[in-house]
Amino acid sequence: MIEISHLTKRYGPLTAVDDISFTVEPGQVLGFLGPNGAGKSTTMKMITGFLAPTSGTIRVCGHDVAHEPLAAKACMGYLPEGAPSYSEMTVRAFLEFIADVRGLTGERRRSRLDDVISRLALAGVLEQVIETLSKGFRRRVGLAQALLHDPQVLILDEPTDGLDPNQKHEVRTLINAMSKDKIIVISTHILEEVDAVCNRAIIIAGGRILADDTPQALASRAPSGRLDDVFRQITMGIKPSHSKQEAAHA
Amino acid sequence: MHNVCAIFRREFTSYFATPLAFVFIIIFLLLAGVFAFYLGGFYERGQADLAPFFNYHPWLYLFLIPALSMRLWAEERKSGSIELLMTLPVTVWQAVLGKYLAAWCFAGLALALTFPMWITVNYLGDPDNGAILAAYVGSFLMAGGLLAIGACLSAVTRNQVIAFIITVVVCFGFLLAGFPLVLNLFSGWAPQAVVDAIASLSFLTHFESISKGVIDLRDLLYFATVIATWLTANVIVLEMKKAD
Ligand SMILES: Nc1ncnc2c1ncn2[C@@H]1O[C@H](COP(=O)(O)OP(=O)(O)OP(=O)(O)O)[C@@H](O)[C@H]1O
Ligand SMILES: [Mg+2]
Repeated sequence: MIEISHLTKRYGPLTAVDDISFTVEPGQVLGFLGPNGAGKSTTMKMITGFLAPTSGTIRVCGHDVAHEPLAAKACMGYLPEGAPSYSEMTVRAFLEFIADVRGLTGERRRSRLDDVISRLALAGVLEQVIETLSKGFRRRVGLAQALLHDPQVLILDEPTDGLDPNQKHEVRTLINAMSKDKIIVISTHILEEVDAVCNRAIIIAGGRILADDTPQALASRAPSGRLDDVFRQITMGIKPSHSKQEAAHA
Repeated sequence: MHNVCAIFRREFTSYFATPLAFVFIIIFLLLAGVFAFYLGGFYERGQADLAPFFNYHPWLYLFLIPALSMRLWAEERKSGSIELLMTLPVTVWQAVLGKYLAAWCFAGLALALTFPMWITVNYLGDPDNGAILAAYVGSFLMAGGLLAIGACLSAVTRNQVIAFIITVVVCFGFLLAGFPLVLNLFSGWAPQAVVDAIASLSFLTHFESISKGVIDLRDLLYFATVIATWLTANVIVLEMKKAD
């Protein structure tokens, strides 16, 4: 379970995340939608304990991220925006390092490594240096790293960005297969993806939650029944909170 | 503990994944040799010891250690991998310690590779090997102290060049704290106790006292304190600003 209450993050005068609260239950695949700069990544960075919130609390699997960061981090897998990794390492060495830090040993370590390598089709690039991988493969390595310890909670920031259609399909299948008992939060700009994998969608803009519903219910808000139209309708004209005048002007 | 080991191993092998390790070791050995033979007059002195070799270590380290330490955290920030590292179930202390120890061991490896000097001097004469061993220990400790400074300062910025320059300046201050250049700034007006305190902060004073062949507990304590202080500062800097 993820419980977020009154979460706020300010960068100087800019309020990137503005007093948001929501909970996510096991079995939910939550799509995090919003225009560029809406605060999606910032929220995810706070959930995973990378950024400290300006105010508000976050609990993941019953652990307060601020007070028991290690326990909270142990039950999460995280794909940061842009899938950063250690570019001078080979894919194999990188995954072995993650397995070390995640405390995977023996048979389970081997089977988990085999599992993510086959699921993300990394067998052909295992000995390749990450720096020399294509963007999509780098993203897949980032996903493999997040899935490695089979976490209860998955936070994926634009997981399918840069993937080819086959891999997009593969990752969606993967998410669907895992979704039964896990909590998965994905941010994406691909609205069809929300239809394909999410059973809940939150639209956020200017750091505020503007809608929180099932993708079907959201889509039915527009006469056309298309999620794109609803998205545009809800988020048009919303700017980060420090530039309200500009928004009014536009 | 196993987290420190995992981070240590990753960091240590990463030196060898790029030409950095080889370039660093070769430059270190070359300069160490040049300093000892040309500037130090290793042969001309006609004495069987390694003093001309060790005397130049502080100046060698002044530029080479910051080159080693600058990437420690600045690179993690630049590439964004710090976000990955800090969202893994490791504490900031474990990460700082693992990375620092890897850099220190690497510096130790470069230092250990100067062993032909030791063999040469034993071949040419009959040196005090105890004193030489002590000087090696002193040199290693000094490298550790400078690296701790560099590790902390590299966490301040995402720019490796800036990290390098600040580290050189701060290390220079620490090296020279016992020298007239720095002490004269204070001796005119500050009480003698303050001047002595500043002098006692000098890496050089402690390094020289060890390299005379006596490993004094006070010198060990000094380096341990310097390292612990700067690594604590490193942790604080990271906790204060993890992003950017
Ligand atoms: N380190 C920072 N300093 C100042 N402002 C920041 C910082 N990081 C993010 N912001 C601002 O916070 C706001 C939210 O950014 P965030 O990255 O969360 O957006 P996002 O919803 O993930 O957008 P995108 O869809 O483009 O990924 C933006 O206006 C951004 O400029
Ligand atoms: Mg983002």
